[in-house]
Amino acid sequence: MKTLITLTVNGDAHELYVDARRTLLDVLRNELGLMGAHRGCDSGDCGACTVIVNAQPVTSCMMLAADWNGAEILTVEGMAQDGQLHPIQRALVEKGGIQCGFCTPGFVMNIKALLDENPKPSEDEVRAWLAGNLCRCTGYAKIVEAALSVAEGTS
Amino acid sequence: MTDTPLIGQRVPKLDAPNKATGKTTYGHDVRLPGMLHGRILYSRYPHAKIIRLDTSRAEKLRGVKCVLTPKDNPPHLFGYGKDNKPFKDVARSSRDEIAGVVATDPDIAEEALSLIEADYELLPNIFSPREALAEGALLIHPEHGSNLFQRYNYSHGDLAQGESDSAVVVEEKFLLPYVSHVCMETSVVVAQFDHRGHLTLWSTTQIPFLLQRDLSEALGISGSNVRIIQTAVGGAFGRGLDIYPYEPIAALMSRKTGQPVRVAFSREEEFLAGPARQPAEVIARAGANADGTLTFRDVSCMLDVGAYISWGTVTPLVMMETTASLYQVPHARFTADCVYTNNLITGAMRGYGNPQSTFFIETLMDRLAEALNMDPVDFRIMNANVPNSTTPQGLVITSCGLKECLEAVAASADRSVAQEAPSSSSKKSSMMEQGNNGNLPPYLKRGIGFASTLNVGGGARIYRSDGCGATVKVDDFGHVTLVTGSTEIGQGSETVLAQIVAQTLGVRIENVTVLNSDTDIKPWDVGVHASRTTFIAGNAAYLAAVDARNQIFETASQLLGVDADQLSAREGQVAVKNEAGKSISLEQVARRRHFREGGKVILGEGWYDPPTQLVDKDTYKGNISAAYGFGAQMAEVEVDTETGKVRVLRLACANDVGHAINPMAVEGQIEGGAQMGLGYALTEELIVKDGKVLNPDLLDYRLFTSADMPIIETHIIETDDPGGPFGAKGVGEMGGTPTAAAIANAIYDAVGVRMNQVPMTPERVLAALDAKA
Repeated sequence: MKTLITLTVNGDAHELYVDARRTLLDVLRNELGLMGAHRGCDSGDCGACTVIVNAQPVTSCMMLAADWNGAEILTVEGMAQDGQLHPIQRALVEKGGIQCGFCTPGFVMNIKALLDENPKPSEDEVRAWLAGNLCRCTGYAKIVEAALSVAEGTS
Repeated sequence: MTDTPLIGQRVPKLDAPNKATGKTTYGHDVRLPGMLHGRILYSRYPHAKIIRLDTSRAEKLRGVKCVLTPKDNPPHLFGYGKDNKPFKDVARSSRDEIAGVVATDPDIAEEALSLIEADYELLPNIFSPREALAEGALLIHPEHGSNLFQRYNYSHGDLAQGESDSAVVVEEKFLLPYVSHVCMETSVVVAQFDHRGHLTLWSTTQIPFLLQRDLSEALGISGSNVRIIQTAVGGAFGRGLDIYPYEPIAALMSRKTGQPVRVAFSREEEFLAGPARQPAEVIARAGANADGTLTFRDVSCMLDVGAYISWGTVTPLVMMETTASLYQVPHARFTADCVYTNNLITGAMRGYGNPQSTFFIETLMDRLAEALNMDPVDFRIMNANVPNSTTPQGLVITSCGLKECLEAVAASADRSVAQEAPSSSSKKSSMMEQGNNGNLPPYLKRGIGFASTLNVGGGARIYRSDGCGATVKVDDFGHVTLVTGSTEIGQGSETVLAQIVAQTLGVRIENVTVLNSDTDIKPWDVGVHASRTTFIAGNAAYLAAVDARNQIFETASQLLGVDADQLSAREGQVAVKNEAGKSISLEQVARRRHFREGGKVILGEGWYDPPTQLVDKDTYKGNISAAYGFGAQMAEVEVDTETGKVRVLRLACANDVGHAINPMAVEGQIEGGAQMGLGYALTEELIVKDGKVLNPDLLDYRLFTSADMPIIETHIIETDDPGGPFGAKGVGEMGGTPTAAAIANAIYDAVGVRMNQVPMTPERVLAALDAKA
C-alpha cells in the first residue's frame, strides 16, 4: 500500500508516494538520493542515520516515512550554506574528528541537535548526548573536542 | 625543521570535508543502472549435508531474476587455505552459504530466501579444538586429512637453561574470545560483468591486488579481466584482508543475470558471516632471575580458526613475535595449533594476534614483577628492547623508544598518584602498595597498571612481496597527482602521503591530489595491513616524488642556466639556492618540458619493497619488518567490588612512531585503537554457542560509547627511524594492543585478583573476587 506524503527536506518540498513499509532512511537514500544518512545497523543502535525531524534528532532507520506527512527534515546535506561548511562540520574536519567518516553525518546532526537545545554543554553533557552515535575509528576524543569547540566559539 | 614545514603538521584529512557533508560515496551508496540485489541463504545447521534444495517457489516470485546453488559454483576453491567455495553442499558452519537469490529489490530477494526449501542430513558437530583433535574425530575437511590445519613451533635458546636460571616462575592459563571488527559500514560489494567478460568489482577490500588475483582464480578467469574499484571504506580494521564467499557470489550473480548485482550485509549478517578474531586457549609460563632479568618464556596456544581458513591463521606469527621479542628474552618457545571446527570463520583483525599475545605476556610480566617484589615499570625498563639490536628471533631493531614510552606513562601515573596522595613518598608504581584509596566509599577500589607493546612498524613480509608502487605527475598548472598502490581506509594515509609528496616537491598540500582506488590505474601494492602504509607507501611516494623532482630540476637547470644541484623546490617555485629572485614556477617548468620537440612529461615513479625477509618456514626466524614500533600504556581503574564493574578513569598511551608526519592522525590512531582495546578488555565478546552467535546486534555486542570512554592521554615519542620516510614508523595497530593487559594489571593493583580471561565483565570480576574471598 502506498501513501501520498509531502516532506520538506533541507528546505525543498517533495511530494512522494511511499510504500507503507519504507523507513524515512529508505526514502532519503533511495527516493531522494540523499546518501549522507548512513545505514549502519537498521535497528536504531548506531546513530549513523541520524537526521533532524521537526527540530528533533531521530534515527531515520526507525521511522516509517508514511507517518511523517508534512514533516520538516534537515539532513547533513542541508548543513553547509553558500558553499561554506557549517561550524560543526568545520570543527570535525579541523580537529580530526573524522576518519572513515561513515558515522560522521550522524554526529554532525546530533551535535547540532545538542547545541540547539543546550548551546553551552559541559564535556560530560556532550559525551552523554552522543552516546547513541557509535564510532569505531576515533575513540570519540576529537569528536567531543570538536563539539565543545563549536559551543565555546573557539573553532 | 624549517625545511620540512609540512612534516609534523596537524594537517586535516583531505577527504574530511566531503565526509562531513555527506558527499562521499561509500560501498553502500553505489548505484548502477540496472543494478539488481543479491541475498544469501545460510545453512540452518552448523554441520550438515544439504540433501535436497528446492528453489522452484523462490524462482516463481515476481521480481526474482535467478536463484544460485552449489550447481553454479566454478570448480575452483579459494581463500587463504584454498578450502572455500561460493555455495556449499556440505555446510561446515552455520554461516555457510547454501544458495543465493537475485531480485530487482532487496525485499523481494529476502522474501525469496524464505521460499527456498532445504533438507539437511545432520553431521556430528565439533565446537572445540580439543574435540577436533581427538583420536577418531570426524574430519571437517576430509581432503585436508586432519582437523589440524597448521602447527607453529618456534624456539630460541635453551628452555631448560632458562628454567634453571630462574629465581621466580609464573604460569597461567588464558582464555580469549571471539571479537568482531564492527566496521560502521557493513560488508558490501557491487559486481558487474560486461559483454567482453570483464568483471568490475566495487569493493571495500583492503587488498585490491590480492583480491583481483584471488577472485580471478575463484572464478576461473584471467586476472586481467578483473578490475577492483575501492569505494570509500566505512571502516576495515582487517576485515577486508581476504576474499570472502560473498564476493565471488556477487560476481556469479552478475555473470548469470548480465546485470550489475549488489550484495550488502545486514548488521546481523555482518556479525555472523564476518571474519571474527579467533578465540584461543593459551598456557603461558615465564621466569626471571633474582636480579629481575627475564630468563625464559614458554607459550602454547590452541586457536579455533573455524570452518574455513583465512589470514587469521597467520596471527600466531605475531603472537610468536610478542612472546619471543617483546623485551629481551634469552630463551623462548612458542607453539600454536590452528584447528578446524564447526564454528564461525575467523580472520585478521587490527593487531593481528598482538592484542591477544600482549594480554598474556604483559600479565605475566606483572606477575613476575610482583614475585620479585620489583616496581612493574622498573622491571619492564630493565628488560626493555634497545635501539640497534637484533633479537634472538632475528628482528633487527633500528630505532626503539620502549624505555621512553614506559617513562612517559609512568610519569603520567606519578601525576595521578601525586594528585590523590600528595604525602606519598613511595616510588612504587602502584596504588594498592600505597594504600591510596582517597576519599572513595569502601566498595570502590582504584588501581593502576602498565603494559607495553612491540609491533611491526616498517611493513611485514607475510607475502613474497611487501612492496608498493607509486607515480607522481606534475601537470602544466603545477598541480601534482600521486597515484599510489595503497589505500585510504579511513586511517588518513591519503593525507600523510600527500604531505610527503608536497614536502618533497615544495608545493602546497592543496596542490596535491591522491588517486588510490582503482586497480586499472594504480601500481601494485600488497594491501593495507600491518601498520605498513606510512612506512612502505610513504617511502614509495617519496621515491616517486624525488624522481619527479629530478626531472623538474633537469629542465629547470637548462632554463635557469645553473647546475641541478644548485636548485631547490619551494612554494611552487624552483629557485636557485643563494640567489634571491632567480626562480621559475613549477608550472612553467612542466610546460617548457613537454611543449617542445622531443618533449617529456614530468612523471616520477617509485617502487619500495623493504629490505626484509619472509620468516624461515621451519624455524620462523627472520627479520619480517624494516622497523619496529613500540608503545606503553598506563590504565587507571576503579573497581566496584559489589558489582564487579570496572571503570577506566584514564588511559595514558605513549607510542614510538619514529617521527609523526601528522601528529593529529597519529593521535587519532591511538585514541581509536584505545576504543577497541577498551572493548576487548571489558565489553566486547561475540558469544558463540553450539556454532551460533547469540548476540549479533549492537545492543548485545557492546562497543565503548563516548560516554564510556576514559580520558585518553597520548604521548608521541619520536626516535627518527633511519629507514622511514622522514623518520616515520607505523602506528595503526598499536593503540589497542596493550590496553587489556594494562587494565588487567590495574584491576590486580586495585583489588588483588588476576584476570586471565577477556572481556573482564562484571560477572567475571565478581567471580574472581568471590574466589579470592
